Order: sequence, then C-alpha cells, then structure tokens
Amino acid sequence: MEHIELFFKSIFIDNMVFATFLGMCSYLAVSKKVTTAVGLGLAVIFVLGITVPINWLLDQYILQEGALSWLGPEYASYDLSFLSFIMFIATIATMVQLVEIVVEKFLPALYNSLGIFLPLIAVNCAILGGSLFMQSRQIASIDLALNYGVSSGIGFFLAILTIAAIREKIRYSNVPPPLRGLGITFIITGLMAIGFMSFGGMLTGGDSEEETTETAQVSNLNENSTLSAVVSGQESATLDSTEQNQETNQEVTK
Amino acid sequence: MGLLSKKDRALILDPLTDNNPITIQVLGICSALAITAQLKASIVMALSVIFVMGVGNIVISLMRNIIPSKIRIIVQLVVVATLVIIVDQVLKAFSYELSKQLSVFIGLIITNCIIMGRFEAFALGNGVFRSFLDGIGNALGYGVILIIVGFFRELLGSGTLLGIQVLGDPIAKTGLYSIGYENNGFMLLSPMALITIGIIIWVQRSRNPELVEEN
Repeated sequence: MEHIELFFKSIFIDNMVFATFLGMCSYLAVSKKVTTAVGLGLAVIFVLGITVPINWLLDQYILQEGALSWLGPEYASYDLSFLSFIMFIATIATMVQLVEIVVEKFLPALYNSLGIFLPLIAVNCAILGGSLFMQSRQIASIDLALNYGVSSGIGFFLAILTIAAIREKIRYSNVPPPLRGLGITFIITGLMAIGFMSFGGMLTGGDSEEETTETAQVSNLNENSTLSAVVSGQESATLDSTEQNQETNQEVTK
Repeated sequence: MGLLSKKDRALILDPLTDNNPITIQVLGICSALAITAQLKASIVMALSVIFVMGVGNIVISLMRNIIPSKIRIIVQLVVVATLVIIVDQVLKAFSYELSKQLSVFIGLIITNCIIMGRFEAFALGNGVFRSFLDGIGNALGYGVILIIVGFFRELLGSGTLLGIQVLGDPIAKTGLYSIGYENNGFMLLSPMALITIGIIIWVQRSRNPELVEEN
C-alpha cells in the first residue's frame, strides 16, 4: 500500500514539472516534437530510476548524521550532510556517463533513440531534484527510493508528452504574435498545472490508514475504494489532457 | 559606469532586457519558480544566484586554458557545487528560517541551466573581467524576473510586501479591504508563477516586436 501510494503521489500530486517546476528547461526546450519528447522522457525515467537508489545508499551510509557509525563507534558523531550536493551531482554525472557507455555497448537500438539526451540529463534539474527531495522527504527504504525515482520519472514523461502533443497542435492555431512560442507554452503549462492540482484530493485516504488498526475488514474496504479512485483518477488524467488540448485550441482560435 | 567601455556595459545591460536569460534564452526557469510566492525568498534566491554566477564565471574563466574539454562538464559542476555549498551553509548559519523555506531549491542552483549555459557560452572563451560582467549581468536579468514575479504574487496573493501589510489589514477591514477588496489566494499557488511569466513575456514582446518567434 505504501508503494502504491508513493507511486501515484509522485506521478500526479507531486508531479516534477507541475508541482515543483523541476526539469523546466529541458521540458521547454525539447517539447517541440512528440518523438523527441518521448526519447527525453524515457531517458529521465531510466536515469532517475538508477540515481535515486544510489544516492539513497550514499545518504544512508555516508552523508547523514551518524551514518558513518558502521565504520566504528568513534565515527558515529560525524555529520557530512553539507557534502550532499557535491556527492549527489558527482554520482549523477558519473552514472550518466556509465549508463551511456553501457547502453551504447549492449543496447545500440536504445542508444540511438536516447543517445543525444543522455549527456543533457546530467544537468537536468529533475534528476538532482529527485535526489534532493528523496533526502528531504526522508524516504525510508531502498525499494521505496527506487519506486520514487521511477514514478517521478513517469510524472515527467507524462508532462513532457502532453505538452509536446499540445505544441504540435498549436502550430496550426493563430496565437497572438507576442505570445508565440515561449509565452503560450508557459501559459498552457500553467493551465495544465491547475488541472494537475485537482489530483490533490486523491490521497485523502490518509484517514483510512488510521482506521486500519481498529478493524481489518473496514480497512480492506477502504483500500479497495482508494485503489479504484486511483485508477479512475488515472483515466481522467488522459481525458483531462485531451480536453485541455481542445480547450486551449478553442481559446486560441477565438 | 565611466570605468566600462560600451561593449562591457552591454554585457551587463543586455541580459536585463532584450537578451533576458529567462524570457528570451529560456535558461534557468527550473529551480526558481517554486519559491516566488514571497518577495523575500525571491530576493534571497536572486542574490544567491548573483554570487554563484559572478564567482563561478571568474573561476571558470581563470581555468579555461587548463580544463580538458572532455571533462569540462564535471569540472563546471564541481565548481558550482562548491559555491552553492558555501551559499547554503551561510544561509543556514544566518537565516535558518529562510533556508528551511527555500529547502532543496538552493541546492538546485547547481543544475540551474543559466549557470552551465553561461559557463559554456561565455566564460570558457573570454577573459576574467568580461566573464565576471557577463555572469553578473545574466544573474541580474534572472533576478529581475524573479523579483517582478515575487512582487506581484505576494502583493496580489497575500496583500503584503516583505511581510509588511501594504494594502491594509484584511481582518480589521482597513485600507483597500474596507471597500470589499479580497486577496487572491490563487496567486500563491504554483501554477500562477508560470502564468505570470507568460504575461511578462507577452508584455515584453509586445513592446519589442523583433523578439517575436515563429509558432
């Protein structure tokens, strides 16, 4: 349950792009065509899924206050957390290089589709942001960290895919000249972010968690209902984006 | 400004208007928008970026002839990360509340595309003084947008500026509130930062039609 909650929370409620504005630069720069957007989105999922668990290990066993106690009791008082920025970014840069080499060697087809995006990703705010949020939200275990990495990647993927689709359509609309290009993209992103805010109510299942201690049956029912709510939420997400697509088009043609 | 030649002056002034890093070059939008709900946080963020950009450009420009081009990205990241750690520690020491509020976004200055972008485009190929001016200019251009957005969001969203109530007291119904004005709480939510920047771009490009892009 914890996993499912974290998964949907990081895709919809704490969406990288719409809630925290991470990865905005590449989001705006690479969203002109759907195919390139898909490439970048996949690369982000891939790299986040690798770097977040590794940085979690680093954080747990080297950087946190008292994390060095596995070396011996005299190290228990060390607090290296001020080094986390430089450690995280070094891990990310090296991992991106490593992944690039490995993928090029063993999966040339994947390399050709992700190729140019992998080096870009080292300086993508979404990747470092994933690790920093992982640290500040104190994610408890490595499998949750993996889950968090992959699901925030999926959130970014969804966001860049929808904006790319909208931008391909909007090319045929008559946008006021000063707003063309960047301006309208900002405003559409803002509207999409408002749409995504409606997912905020999705996890009000927080109450049901408290009840689990009382009766098992009730909590089971609750879990089922939140699950179905989650599934329907996902469906309405795709509906939402198409609706918005039409809406923005209509607005623009007016 | 008598010290600076015309060319040098352009390095500082261009990014403020016609070559603004946020609205024209599309750099450095990532980490900044989430913290513009308050003017104070925007100002601190702008100052941090000005410091990191100025010093970082000097350092990279000094090292430009000894950095092997293959590993330059890693070298740049290390330089920025070191500077950002300094900023973060200073903030934690002197203004802990604010540093909590900015949370991970100070750390995200490292991957702010503005910094890497200017390192790549300018500091690697120009002298120390000019690189410094370019860094300061671009960071100022970034800061100006941040402060404009922060100003409007705080003023319209909570009726305050830097925490001081400028429109009167909403509870006691003084000032503007006495004639039925209400705060627009929506301005404090994150999507409005995007829309505010969209409007800034609109205003800027209507005033200067040369900047209009293709659809």
